Amino acid sequence: MKLLSKRNGYFLIAFLATLFFYTRDGDITTSVYATGTAFALPLALAAMVGIMCERTGIVNIGIEGTMLLSAFVAFFVSSLTQNIMIGLFAAILTGSIMGLLLALMAVSWRMDQIIAGTILNILATGLTSFLYVQGKTIPNVFQAIEVPGLSKIPFFGPVLFIHGPLTFLGLAVILTLYVAIYHTPWGLRSRAVGEHPSSADTAGVSVARLRYINVTIAGAIGALAGAYLSLELVGSFERGFTAGKGFTALALMIFGRWNPLGALGAALFFGLAQAYANQLMIDQVVNIPSQFTAALPYIMTIVVLTISAGKVRPPAAEGQPYEKGQA
Amino acid sequence: MSDTKVVTESKSKPVKSFDVGSWLIPIIAVLVAMFIAAILIKLQGSNPITAYKSLFKTAFGSLEGIGLTLGKSTPLVLSGLAVAVGLRAGLFNIGAQGQLLSGALAAAWAGVTFDGLPGYIHIPIALIAGAFFGSIVAGISGFLKAYRGVHEVITTIMLNSIVMAIADYLASHQLREPDQFLTRTSEILPSAKMPIYSHLPLGFFIAVALALLIWWILGRTTSGFRIETVGRNRHAAWYAGISVKKTVISAMLISGAIAGLGGAVETLGITYRYAPAFNLGLGFDGITIALLGRVHPLGIIPGAILIGGMRAGAANMQFDSGVAPELVDLLMALILLLVTAPLITRFFKNNSNKSMTSGWGN
Repeated sequence: MKLLSKRNGYFLIAFLATLFFYTRDGDITTSVYATGTAFALPLALAAMVGIMCERTGIVNIGIEGTMLLSAFVAFFVSSLTQNIMIGLFAAILTGSIMGLLLALMAVSWRMDQIIAGTILNILATGLTSFLYVQGKTIPNVFQAIEVPGLSKIPFFGPVLFIHGPLTFLGLAVILTLYVAIYHTPWGLRSRAVGEHPSSADTAGVSVARLRYINVTIAGAIGALAGAYLSLELVGSFERGFTAGKGFTALALMIFGRWNPLGALGAALFFGLAQAYANQLMIDQVVNIPSQFTAALPYIMTIVVLTISAGKVRPPAAEGQPYEKGQA
Repeated sequence: MSDTKVVTESKSKPVKSFDVGSWLIPIIAVLVAMFIAAILIKLQGSNPITAYKSLFKTAFGSLEGIGLTLGKSTPLVLSGLAVAVGLRAGLFNIGAQGQLLSGALAAAWAGVTFDGLPGYIHIPIALIAGAFFGSIVAGISGFLKAYRGVHEVITTIMLNSIVMAIADYLASHQLREPDQFLTRTSEILPSAKMPIYSHLPLGFFIAVALALLIWWILGRTTSGFRIETVGRNRHAAWYAGISVKKTVISAMLISGAIAGLGGAVETLGITYRYAPAFNLGLGFDGITIALLGRVHPLGIIPGAILIGGMRAGAANMQFDSGVAPELVDLLMALILLLVTAPLITRFFKNNSNKSMTSGWGN
C-alpha cells in the first residue's frame, strides 16, 4: 500500500483542516461535525441502495421515490398507531415492496430501467400528495443514545457516539455491506452478475434471483433512510420531503466508485459542507441568501459528476436486461 | 464509450407510423388507472362516480369549461412535446420542470420590462425570452452529456432544484413587485397578455402549431433525421458521419426551448406574473403525457387535453365530492405505470425490447 497515495492526501488535508478549526473553537467545530454526520447519514444510506442495485447490474433512479414513500409511511403509521416502532417496520415493508416492484419491472418485464425508476418516483409523489393529511403528529422521535464511555472522548464522542438508534443501525448497515460485498460469496456473486451475467449464469448463479433479492433488500435500506428522516432527524413529513436526496445519493455512489466506504466518505464530505455553510450563516460571517445554500447540494452534485465522469467505471452489465443464453 | 455496451435507443417507432391498434394501450391504461383510483376514493369514503362526473362535467361540459381545459392543457402540450423531442434523440429530459420555470420567469421579466410596445411585438419578444432561457438550462445538461458523459437524468433533476432556488431568489429580490412583501414579480403589462378568443386561449393554438412543426421537422427534415438516427442507434449515427455530440446538444436545446415556451405561455396567458407557487408539476406531467402519447409529437395533444381537463375540473370535484385535487397526481402516476408496463404493451404486440439505459459514464 502506498503511503503517499492521493486518498491519503485527502485524509491528511481533511485531518489538518479539522485540527485547525478545532484549535480555533472546539465546541463549534464539534457541533458542526456532529450536524454534518446527521446530514450525511441519509445520503450515505441512499447511496448504499444504489450500490446494492448497480453492483448486480440494475440502475435504480427510484431511490428518491422509495425514500419519500417510506418516510411518509413511517410518519403516518407512527401517527396512526402512536408507536414509532410500528411506523419503522411499516416503512421497511414499504421500501421492500418498492424494491420488489423495481425488480419486477427491470428483471421480469425487462423494462427500460431509467423509466422504471422514474415510475417509482412519480408513483411515490402521487401517492404521498394524494394521501397526505395536514396536522398529524407522532408521539416522539427516536432519541439520541450516548454510548457509555466512548461518548466522553473529546470531539469523536459527540460526533460519532451520541446519535439516535437509526443512525447506529445505518452505520452498521454500511459497514456490513462493505464487508459483504468484498468478502463473502454473496458479494462475489453479486459483483459477477453486475459485470458479466452470462459468466455468472454459466457458473451456476441465478442472475434473476440474485437481482430480485438484492434490489428488494436495497429497497429496505432506502426505507431506513426515509424513516430516519421522518422519525429521527426531523420528526415530521411534508410533501416533497426528501428534496432530491435520492438523486444526490447517486452522484455520491459514483464519486465513491461503487464502494460503500467510498460513498460514505463522499456523503460525509457533503454533509460537512452543508453543516459548515449553515454555521457560516448563523455566525453571519458571510451573508449568503438562503436560496443559494439550499441549492448548494445540487450544484455540488453536478460538479462532482462532471469531475468524476470518464474517470470511473460503472459495473459493466449495468442497465441491461439479461436473457438466458445471451453472450 | 466502449463497443460492448448496449446502444442507447429510444423506445419509439418511426414518427410517421400512426397505426390505430397501438393507441388502444393508452386508452386502456387511462381507464384502468381511473378504476384503481376509484377504489382508493371509495376506501377514503367518497363516491367515485360523483367525483368523476363532477371532474369531467366541469372540464368538458361547457364552452367556459373547455376554454379552461385548453388553458390548462397548453403548458402540458409543450412540456410533453419537450420530453418527446428528448426521447426521440435517446435523451430522457426530466428537467422540463426547471426549463419551464426559467421560461416562466423570463417571460414575466420581459412582460414587465419592455414598455410601450404593441402586443404583436411584445408577446413574441416575451415568448422568445422564455424559450431562450429554457433552452439555456437544458443546454447545460446537453453539453455535460455530450462532452463529459454525465447522465442527463441526474443533471436535469439537479437543475430543476437549482433553477427553482435561483427563480425564488430573483422573485424575492431583483424582480420583486415594488412595495410588496410577497415573493412574486409585478403583473405583466397589458400589451404582453395573450388574448383569449371567446374562451379559447391563443396559447393553445401556438402549442398545437408547434407540435405540428416538430412533427414535420422530425419526419421530413435532415436535422430531424439526425435526431432520430442518434436516438435509434448512436454508433450507427456516428458511423454514418453524424456528429452525435452536436445532435445531443441541439436536441436538448430544442427540448428546453419548447419547455421554456410552455412556461412563458403560462405566464402570459394565465398567471400574468411569476410566483414560486405557480407552474409546479407541469414539467413532470410532461413525462407522463409524452409516454401516454407514445412519444409522437401529435399523440401528446389528446393526452395533454385529458390531463389538462382533470386539472381544470379538480377544484370543483373537491367541492362536489370531497375528493382531494391531488387525485390527479395519483391518476398520472398510475397511468404512467400502466402505459409503460410491457405486460399490457406486449399483449398488444410490441417489438421494442431495447434499453435507453447504458450506465452513467458513456
